Amino acid sequence: MTLQDIRTAPLGQVLRPNVWDVVAIILVIGAMVLIVYGGEQTTEPLSELQASPVSLDPANLPLYALRTTMRMLLAIVCSTIFTFVYAAVAAKSRRAEIVLIPLLDILQSVPILGFLTFTVVFFMNLFPGRVLGAELACVFAIFTSQAWNMTFSMYQSIRNVPKDLEEASQSFHLSPWQRFWRLDVPFAMPGLIWNAMMSMSGGWFFVVASEAITVGNTTVTLPGIGSYVALAIENRNLAAIGFALLTMFLVIIAYDQLLFRPIVAWADKFRFEQTASGNVPESWMLDLFRRTRALRALSYPFSAINRAFSNLHVQLPAALRWQADRGAPSRVFDAIWFVVIGASTGYAAWRAYLYLSTNLSPSDVATAFVSGLVTLARVAVLIALATLLWVPIGVWIGLRPKLAERIQPLAQFLAAFPANLAFPVFVVFIVHFHLNANIWLSPLMILGTQWYILFNVIAGASAFPSDLREAASSFHLRGWRWWIKVVLPGIFPYYVTGAITASGGSWNASIVAEVASWGDTHLTAKGLGSYIASATEAGDYPRVVLGIAIMCVLVTLFNRLVWRPLYAFGERRLRLG
Amino acid sequence: MPSASAAFASADAGNILMLDKSSEQALIEMHGVCRSFPKGRGEDLLVLEKVDLTIRAGEIVGLLGRSGSGKSTLLRIIAGLVAPSSGDAKCRGETIISPPNGIAMVFQSFALFPWLTVLQNVELGLEALGVESGERRKRALAAIDLIGLDGFESAFPKELSGGMRQRVGFARALVVHPDLLLMDEPFSALDVLTAETLRTDLVDLWVEGRLPIKSVLMVTHNIEEAVLMCDRILVFSSNPGRVAAEIKVDMPHPRNRLDPAFRQLVDSIYARMTKRPEPKVMPLDGIPGTGVGMVLRHVSSNVLSGLIETLAAPPYDGHADLPVLASQLQFEADEIFHLGESLQLLRFAQLSEGDLTLTEAGRRFANLETDARKKLFAQHLIDHVPVMGLVRRVLDERPSHTAPAARFRNELEDYMSEEDADETLKTIVSWGRYAELFAYDEHSETFSLENPG
Repeated sequence: MTLQDIRTAPLGQVLRPNVWDVVAIILVIGAMVLIVYGGEQTTEPLSELQASPVSLDPANLPLYALRTTMRMLLAIVCSTIFTFVYAAVAAKSRRAEIVLIPLLDILQSVPILGFLTFTVVFFMNLFPGRVLGAELACVFAIFTSQAWNMTFSMYQSIRNVPKDLEEASQSFHLSPWQRFWRLDVPFAMPGLIWNAMMSMSGGWFFVVASEAITVGNTTVTLPGIGSYVALAIENRNLAAIGFALLTMFLVIIAYDQLLFRPIVAWADKFRFEQTASGNVPESWMLDLFRRTRALRALSYPFSAINRAFSNLHVQLPAALRWQADRGAPSRVFDAIWFVVIGASTGYAAWRAYLYLSTNLSPSDVATAFVSGLVTLARVAVLIALATLLWVPIGVWIGLRPKLAERIQPLAQFLAAFPANLAFPVFVVFIVHFHLNANIWLSPLMILGTQWYILFNVIAGASAFPSDLREAASSFHLRGWRWWIKVVLPGIFPYYVTGAITASGGSWNASIVAEVASWGDTHLTAKGLGSYIASATEAGDYPRVVLGIAIMCVLVTLFNRLVWRPLYAFGERRLRLG
Repeated sequence: MPSASAAFASADAGNILMLDKSSEQALIEMHGVCRSFPKGRGEDLLVLEKVDLTIRAGEIVGLLGRSGSGKSTLLRIIAGLVAPSSGDAKCRGETIISPPNGIAMVFQSFALFPWLTVLQNVELGLEALGVESGERRKRALAAIDLIGLDGFESAFPKELSGGMRQRVGFARALVVHPDLLLMDEPFSALDVLTAETLRTDLVDLWVEGRLPIKSVLMVTHNIEEAVLMCDRILVFSSNPGRVAAEIKVDMPHPRNRLDPAFRQLVDSIYARMTKRPEPKVMPLDGIPGTGVGMVLRHVSSNVLSGLIETLAAPPYDGHADLPVLASQLQFEADEIFHLGESLQLLRFAQLSEGDLTLTEAGRRFANLETDARKKLFAQHLIDHVPVMGLVRRVLDERPSHTAPAARFRNELEDYMSEEDADETLKTIVSWGRYAELFAYDEHSETFSLENPG
């Protein structure tokens, strides 16, 4: 009977609540309560953290999981807002594009964990003595792991809006603001959501890594699964680590089922396809909400607001306004713009040089660079090993549709699972058998990222046209010839996509994977990751900057010289259909 | 249905009043409109040259021409989507600088928003105009009714067939009650039957005065379509686009395609459009007519051989009427022109006054085996297509017997736009491969004499 008042909505009959409404409304209210509760905690003063430190009691884990999830949610909201603004500006203004897009490209390859050092200090100073500062630093770390690929995807979508739709919206006098919400955003939606999902998968790793941070003398431990695990490591409590893994497992499943699956199913209508496709994504959650009557009615005001919002008469700044091809753009402004860019770049380079040269000597650069090469070698070897292992397995699974259907979600889940939670298990193993840390810590780097190779290869093999397979078998192609001539070229573009993600992730992971501890036992593998990690712990900012800069350069070079050409080759020659 | 006619009846009454006042003033007036697009080296490619055009209330005007005749560009200038390079384009006496009010457009590709339902798509134009939601809904439903889409209001475009989608396109354009409806080859993405139904539906609504519009301007390359629908046809010539002729069509609607007068008009337009040994070669820098600058439209050698065989066989016996040939082979007028021109270029056939006649070489070709055909084709390529001779000569002269495609692309771009150069290059590769004149490696983009036979 508590639902009676909903029925008084103007549309009468249609809005009478049904049983699904009860289920759905409980879910909605529950979510709101959790969000408010989690939010209240963040405004506590910092001393509260010391007063009630993280404890290993498993009963606290649900709360920790909630806090961790809240950070993820907040970060994805920030990333989305950032994406809308940055991508729109970059896509609509030619002059902004010149700067923003290369910038984005570099930001993508910056090791996020290295950044943490500065952001923690920055945000702590912003809200001195408040938990909020540390929370924001953590959220910012997740944000930096999520935003770039989402922005890229949106930018590319906006640039590739079909010409006829563009002309139609002009011809029907849509204002630039309307055009953005009615054309650009919906068109970009499927790509954006897919990338947001990938970002979320990556994000778990960073949220866990950035909850317990030590920078110089400051140690911040935010309540969350990450700090729970950090404490478990300190106390050598393997059981607690097991609980944490289990909790994370449940959280990721819930997140996928309750948030992303519904969104993907809903966003299916934005797919730019003129024909209806047979394979429509489904979500029980979305079905539930679609079955409810009253909750659907609740969504009407939202769609009305959405409509009103997109129909607002907003004058965009001239730089963002769409311009018909009327005359060449002003060369004078171009020249001024280039001078401004050049001057600020020069100034930044000069400041960076001054800062580093007063604190560091050339021998430091050499040390860091050599460490970088060691890590580079590690990444290359690990990717090669993972390829040898997962490509055959992925092909084997992918060619069996029934099996692939069951394994694929598992592989995606493993890619999302923050592997750093599992590190202690491996460290215990290494400590116990007194193994060489330089070699045996390395696999940790690829622990979480190898799954990208697996699930992309499975996807590629599943998409492999059956007529080609039949043709191959009717020509009696077998053995290595079958691999070289038939399957490997077919899955190549997918493999490269997976390998690029895996390699980027491994670089990032090196910062937490090359140093590990179990209680008082500390293991270190030589490499750029441990270089940055130890400089961070010592609060040695110049070396952190140097380490990050060198990692940026190496990652960018590796991408440009190896992955990009491979990707381009795959797209050009080996893309099927 | 009654509600629909009622909604538009009032609009019509308004239109008739307006019509009296505005009959003096033309809807669209264009004088000396030129449009060029930048190509390669700072030069411009002229696509429209000195076009004059007036559109008054109460007529359907057709722009008929081959692809590349600039007719779509002209339509976009009127729509305010493209600005003229020079000349004067006015809508109701005001210079067009942005999409003018009172003009709506129907697109060849439908241009529907796939994430909006039929109703939402139709309402979109009204939303942009800030029409209040009750009124918006009423007008949208009326337009949907009128165009025969009742029951599909909540469907998404991807659930509809091509014909139904284009109906949504029409409803979306009509709902804003434009003075002028622009149509950019609206039926050419549809199959023959669907297109015909939609054409006659539209003409019927027009004749009955139920369309809330004053005039229609349509772009087409289909001669019969133009004769079927238009009161006035402007025939465009290509390179650069110019109005070559203006033809009044006085036949009353509905028109019968089998009517002798109809056939005669179609034939005469065919003849007019083929009668032009137009100089495609642009002389440049004192080397007039080397012929390297000729734009080669890509036509598969398979299609060419097939056409020669068809022409050589009965009932044609080496001579065919283009409209007949087009309808038998299910080609659009535009496509059959391309084919005919390619055959003429290769001296396998002669194109004149709407007829296609095989030459001696063409007849010979029809009777040869594959290898001999290739030899004959190669010989004709070298003799009659200067750029093919050039490629072969360069390859022969170079010690490595290889040459990058860029070598020829650059030269082509001196004479034509980048797109034309691309297409020409594609044609060179495909014809050269068939004739086994040279090999081409797509990856490194190089021509070579390797394994040419």
